[in-house]
Amino acid sequence: MKLHIPARHWRTVELGVKSLLLHKLRSILTMLGIIFGVCSVIAMLAIGEGASYEAQEAIKKLGSANVIIKSVKPADDASNSQQGRRSYVSEYGLTYADVDRLKQTIPGVKRVLPMRLIAPYEVRYNESHLDGQIVGTIPLYAEINGLDIARGRFLADLDEQREKNVCVMTTTFADRLFPYEDPLNQFIKIAGDYYRVVGLVQETSTADKRPQPAHAEGQAIDNNVYVPLSTIRSRFGETIVRRSAGSYQAEKVELHQITVQMQSSEAVEIGSDQIKTLLKRFHAKNDFEMIVPLQLLRQAQETKRIFNIVLGSIAAISLIVGGIGIMNIMLATVTERTREIGVRRALGAKKRDIITQFLVETVVLSVGGGVIGVVIGVIVPFAVELLAGMKTIITLSSLVLSFGISGVIGVIFGIYPASRAADLDPIEALRHE
Amino acid sequence: MPGEALIRLVGIQKIYQLGEVEVRALNGVDLAIAEGSFVAIMGPSGSGKSTMLNLLGCLDRPTTGEYFLGGEDVSKLDDDAISAVRGKRLGFVFQSYNLIHQLTVIENIHVPLFYQGKDLTETYEHCKKLAELVGLGDRLDHRPKQLSGGQQQRVAIARSLVNDPLMILADEPTGNLDSRTGVEVLEMFDRLHASGKTIVLVTHGPEVAERAQRVIHMKDGVIDREVINRKGNGA
Repeated sequence: MKLHIPARHWRTVELGVKSLLLHKLRSILTMLGIIFGVCSVIAMLAIGEGASYEAQEAIKKLGSANVIIKSVKPADDASNSQQGRRSYVSEYGLTYADVDRLKQTIPGVKRVLPMRLIAPYEVRYNESHLDGQIVGTIPLYAEINGLDIARGRFLADLDEQREKNVCVMTTTFADRLFPYEDPLNQFIKIAGDYYRVVGLVQETSTADKRPQPAHAEGQAIDNNVYVPLSTIRSRFGETIVRRSAGSYQAEKVELHQITVQMQSSEAVEIGSDQIKTLLKRFHAKNDFEMIVPLQLLRQAQETKRIFNIVLGSIAAISLIVGGIGIMNIMLATVTERTREIGVRRALGAKKRDIITQFLVETVVLSVGGGVIGVVIGVIVPFAVELLAGMKTIITLSSLVLSFGISGVIGVIFGIYPASRAADLDPIEALRHE
Repeated sequence: MPGEALIRLVGIQKIYQLGEVEVRALNGVDLAIAEGSFVAIMGPSGSGKSTMLNLLGCLDRPTTGEYFLGGEDVSKLDDDAISAVRGKRLGFVFQSYNLIHQLTVIENIHVPLFYQGKDLTETYEHCKKLAELVGLGDRLDHRPKQLSGGQQQRVAIARSLVNDPLMILADEPTGNLDSRTGVEVLEMFDRLHASGKTIVLVTHGPEVAERAQRVIHMKDGVIDREVINRKGNGA
């Protein structure tokens, strides 16, 4: 007798729901295990996904084909300069020679972008003045760092060749310096020289990506003023003297950062080691650091993988615990409903009908818990995003996965109670009080 | 007895092994029940009447002997087949009604058909007619808990009729009812009998048994004596 009409199956599900509704509190308590399990899987994955997404995006913006080299004040130098009141020039960091060497020696190098930072430095316009970060660089900067030109133009090759006194600033900085005027073609004053504002840019990059010297941390990040590298070199010289806490401090740093763009991500693999070897040769002091975004990305992905495995095991454990809870209740239910099972057997139910009935009940419990868990699991990340300001990403796969697992749990932990119900002797079952 | 026997028991033995002791619950029973008859089985506890009922109801298999139900030997069928026989050919009425709590009156009546793969929507009219037959046409959506004992037993009777069984097996159907509702239920059996149903009823009470045509008295696992009851219906 194989009459498997869909309506009949639907009736079985309906019956299961009715039986569960007979003990509402019990059913809900039973579902809690699955609800929490599913909910925590989704919420945790969403938070983890969000966190790693942000990190990965930040790294991706650095450019997976790029290798970033920064000048770092060597440790022994730093300690010297802080002792005593003597003013004294500390000389370290990347040089123009490094740029040429990188271009000439390393295979697979596409472009090299040198950068010099002077920050903070006072920028004046008429009576108003603001501390800005002076970035000396070449026109390539805009392209490699993905700057959006808001108005005017970025630095041009001619500016660089002729050491022109022109500058480009961020829109936020311009808004502060020129609250009531059009900044374009105005002249600002930096260290006694006047520079014409030729363009405004929108910063699309993240804070991590901004060129920042080590001592400029914690500073406002939207205050970049871009000036041709050659101009900076001729106006400021190589040595910058600054006064801090009663002592003079002079630094001679030719370049603060070099961004090496390789031809491809593959070239980064080999190239990054070669760059390191090359630079080590010419820098006896450990005065540079390398950031390889591709490696960071790999690390971030690896971290995420481990994170997912840990989450997965926690989730698996909580779902199994939930499943055991369901099995426990179903075993009690079978005992409690022994008489009903007997009656059904007497009225023509086969063993597999009884198995189906109890299995469906278990699956309804676990899938019901799964549905509620999914709903709460979607709400929780939203709440986290609102309250804690963390970015969360709910992936479809986490919904499908946790929901699917809850169903599977229902079947696995339902089989034993159901088969126990089916194996009851009808006569004994009918006699059961 | 007119016609071919609907039910025929041949040399039925049921032996339980309780540790060292062998209990012969039924020790060679031969019985034939004609279609349309109303038979009562009586006997003290331990006489084997419950075992007899279980065998007749295909809930149990005899150790030896054969049981022909509607011409087919059902004593050796496997579990699925015997379940199908119960569902299609037998109707049960129990002492404690045994309705299913979570289902309504109409759904309870429908249960045997459910296990034949027939949906309630297709058989709704049929189930409803039976509910009306037992006087509960206006309670189709009530739950068993909302009904009195007599009403519940009437639902059970309707349920036993839903699959148009060869035989209705009733186990002390009035045991849990007061005498007035008990009489009502028994009158219902009388009417069913009058309409041609075959009924086998197990009881302690002589006043219940006297409604049957034949009263079979059991003792020590065998049929002790049989009384043809002239006062019974039809005869």
